[in-house]
Amino acid sequence: MMKRRDLLQTVGAGAVLLPLGPHAWAAMTRESDKRLVVIFLRGAVDGLSVLVPYDDADYRAARPTVALARGANGVVPLDQRFGLHPALAPLMPLWESGSLAFVPASGSPDPTRSHFDAQLIMESGTGRAQSPSGWINRLLAELPHPGSFPRGLSFGEALPHIMSGPVEVATMDARPNDKPLPVDNPNVAAAFDQLYSGNDDLSRAYRDGKEARREVATAMASDDAMAKEQAIANNGAPLAEQATAMARRLGRLLADQPRLQVAFMAVGGWDTHVRQGNADGQLARRLGYLANALTGLRAGLGDKYRDTVILVMSEFGRTVHENGNGGTDHGHGNVLWVLGGPVRGGKIYGAWPGLAEDRLYQRRDVAVTTDYHQVVGAALHGHLAIDSAALARVLPNARHAGGGLDGLIRV
Amino acid sequence: MNSAKIAAICLLCSVIPAAAAQQTPRAGLSPREQAEYVLDRLAYGPRPGDVARVMAMGVDAYVDRQLDPESIPENPRVAQELAPLTTLHMTPVELFRDYGPPRPAPGMKRDPEQVKAARQRGRIVLQQLIAARFACALNSNRQLEQVMTEFWFNHFNIFAEKGLDYVWIGSFEAQAIRPNALGRFRDLLEATAKHPAMLFYLDNWLNQVPQGEKGINENYARELMELHTLGVDCGYTQADVIALAHILTGWGYPRPGQARFFPVDPSAFYFDPMRHDPSQQNLLGRVIPAGGMEQGERALDLLARSPATAHHIAFELVQFFVSDKPDPAYVDAVARQFLATDGDIRATLRALFHDRRFWAGAAPGARKFKTPYEYVLSAVRLAGVTLDDPRVLQGPLHQMGMPLYRYQTPEGYKNTRDVWLNSDAMAKRIDFAMALSRGKLPGEHDAGRATGPLLISAEPPRPAMLAPGDAAPLDEPRLAQAFGGRLSAKTQAAIDSAAPGLKAALLIASPEFMQR
Repeated sequence: MMKRRDLLQTVGAGAVLLPLGPHAWAAMTRESDKRLVVIFLRGAVDGLSVLVPYDDADYRAARPTVALARGANGVVPLDQRFGLHPALAPLMPLWESGSLAFVPASGSPDPTRSHFDAQLIMESGTGRAQSPSGWINRLLAELPHPGSFPRGLSFGEALPHIMSGPVEVATMDARPNDKPLPVDNPNVAAAFDQLYSGNDDLSRAYRDGKEARREVATAMASDDAMAKEQAIANNGAPLAEQATAMARRLGRLLADQPRLQVAFMAVGGWDTHVRQGNADGQLARRLGYLANALTGLRAGLGDKYRDTVILVMSEFGRTVHENGNGGTDHGHGNVLWVLGGPVRGGKIYGAWPGLAEDRLYQRRDVAVTTDYHQVVGAALHGHLAIDSAALARVLPNARHAGGGLDGLIRV
Repeated sequence: MNSAKIAAICLLCSVIPAAAAQQTPRAGLSPREQAEYVLDRLAYGPRPGDVARVMAMGVDAYVDRQLDPESIPENPRVAQELAPLTTLHMTPVELFRDYGPPRPAPGMKRDPEQVKAARQRGRIVLQQLIAARFACALNSNRQLEQVMTEFWFNHFNIFAEKGLDYVWIGSFEAQAIRPNALGRFRDLLEATAKHPAMLFYLDNWLNQVPQGEKGINENYARELMELHTLGVDCGYTQADVIALAHILTGWGYPRPGQARFFPVDPSAFYFDPMRHDPSQQNLLGRVIPAGGMEQGERALDLLARSPATAHHIAFELVQFFVSDKPDPAYVDAVARQFLATDGDIRATLRALFHDRRFWAGAAPGARKFKTPYEYVLSAVRLAGVTLDDPRVLQGPLHQMGMPLYRYQTPEGYKNTRDVWLNSDAMAKRIDFAMALSRGKLPGEHDAGRATGPLLISAEPPRPAMLAPGDAAPLDEPRLAQAFGGRLSAKTQAAIDSAAPGLKAALLIASPEFMQR
């Protein structure tokens, strides 16, 4: 029997594990080997600056100021056609060791260019924005050990749509919450316990919060070093830097917690309409943080990296042509990143339509030749052994064969 | 016949049947419950004595008075608190002059230290805006005007920390949003479209006819249709976004240097014909003839008068005032009124409030879960205490995830239960209720960090939070009296059996008070 406190010690600095739903902490007894991590880049990252078609004349012509140059401090070539943004150079060891792959010209087939709608559609996994649950929640229902908790973890966001649904998930709040609250005083708690003893939604939320804080308080009291780390981490760290520290912790958590199977983390700040920059600038800075976060996640996972697949996605890509302000606007196709031990990496998957004007979506954006449902489907089938019937429930639009993704996951 | 006359006639046609509908029973509510209900919707909850006052004047009279705020004598405290907040009356040009980054000497680069210093000095704009918003929301007798100011600011949300918006955010609310909050939607839309805070926030100041490396920026054009008017997926295409972006080229504010050649309007709005693409455009199936600034004004006409806009605004209003899941027929009725009155916000709200479906939100299980903003304001109002420096409320709001003027993206804060009800929220609300009931508000630390001086004379932040006479524990029977009769037997039993020092907190953190 593992100790519940261990979970919280691993969670550590600046974060509080909040279970949702009753009996949240019960039954943490069974194990599963496989892990899936989904990282969502909210705001639409410029995929052409992530996986750069550096030799494409159309690419250079369309982007007089934001195109990335070759050579020193420029694109890091991966093959004849594509290279990585220099800020992503820390990921090169993963590419070279064959556990990092990309699927360019991929994304949601939905035409919307609204951030909010596109995110909802991608998170719902049904092709529609309106959906009672998100696809990770439906996935959790198909994974083994349905009674154990927590199997799904949302990192940094209260309850994103992708995690919402009937299966209980844990959320880890990035905001500090370290001082005891009045309600932690037993006399005060007794009065509020009576008020919130019902089975209504307020009562359930009240009891879950109380239980989570009690666990954290116990863990905190037992470990001074961790309290110190928390104080340091809370000291006004910017979001992206926090993501780096958080990702390492997330990795440790996934490695140490036998019940956790799927984790979700969102990173914001990619909506680069103005002064996007090229090898330097705001996008480069954020990609640098993201690269560090991914290497931190990999380090935190340790040996568990062998059993982990990490998907990095964003709601849509950005325009092929830069706009009048050294930025890019809302586009269509993007690039999906696939990392992890089970990934047959060092390869670019899917069909690349190129950037010639007649190959672009609506003559302005990268086309979607690989539906993101197929990529996720390939990962769920190959890595988590989700069969066709189950996959149809999780992602009704996915097929797990073909689409140029054969062999993406080592089986 | 002019449009005002048409609007007036339509108004008569639509209000008379609505008035007849008043006779229908209101979800079986007693007069007292009706008074509580309107105070939770048209106001940020009751202050001590409000429930009795509304019962005495009648709910309908209260609603009509709130729709006509000029007819309500204002609480003198409001003027007293607003008087020193001088930046709210400064024009955008004056604000930029006093708080914008200084212009470098010719041929020199901007000194980052000077820019930082200007930004530091400019924090006072946001501080005064926060103080004004809280002071009005807590104390104004014209509560609906405050509620609608919150609603429209959020509808046209901008973020205080984006670039130059620290200079202009106060003027945006005080001069573009607030004066139009119960006016005509078309006026409100144009006021936001031409305000430098919006021009900056959604990048339209950079949107120009393609020229060399510079060109179209479609950010504002898209959000103008998706968020401000038509609503997402309401029939516009990418081609419409591009067309609208072309139409709005040249809408901005003067560049450095231009001010020397042109008379600068105090609003800082500047239409630059050199940056404008004058060509004819097709927008939403209509031709916008070739032209200058009037192209954009025509586009605003078209958008403001679209049935999709009416529906979008009506949905948002019904969701905000009545129910997380608005009744489609009710939304349609409100949208029809919006269209029939040419976007007269007051007339639209009158139809909304005088519809029998307005009372559906009082049914058991249909109550709205208060947002943190509504919760905190209503608690302080119920307590009847006076805050020496109301900015202290920003601290708890930050803790609860809803600080004023800090929502980064243009869609604004949500107001539905699924967003705000979670285990963390319950603990934070109880924390707040405990502190308030003990006469000591939380968030001192946060407020101290977030705030700077409130007055231009650079006085240090004031530590006192409650006015001296109010810094005493709250009296639960007085609160219960102010709140009305909505406590369940279970809540009443919990209060009755609690220690005296906890009774007031239990009421403020009760399920009945967390919902409206």
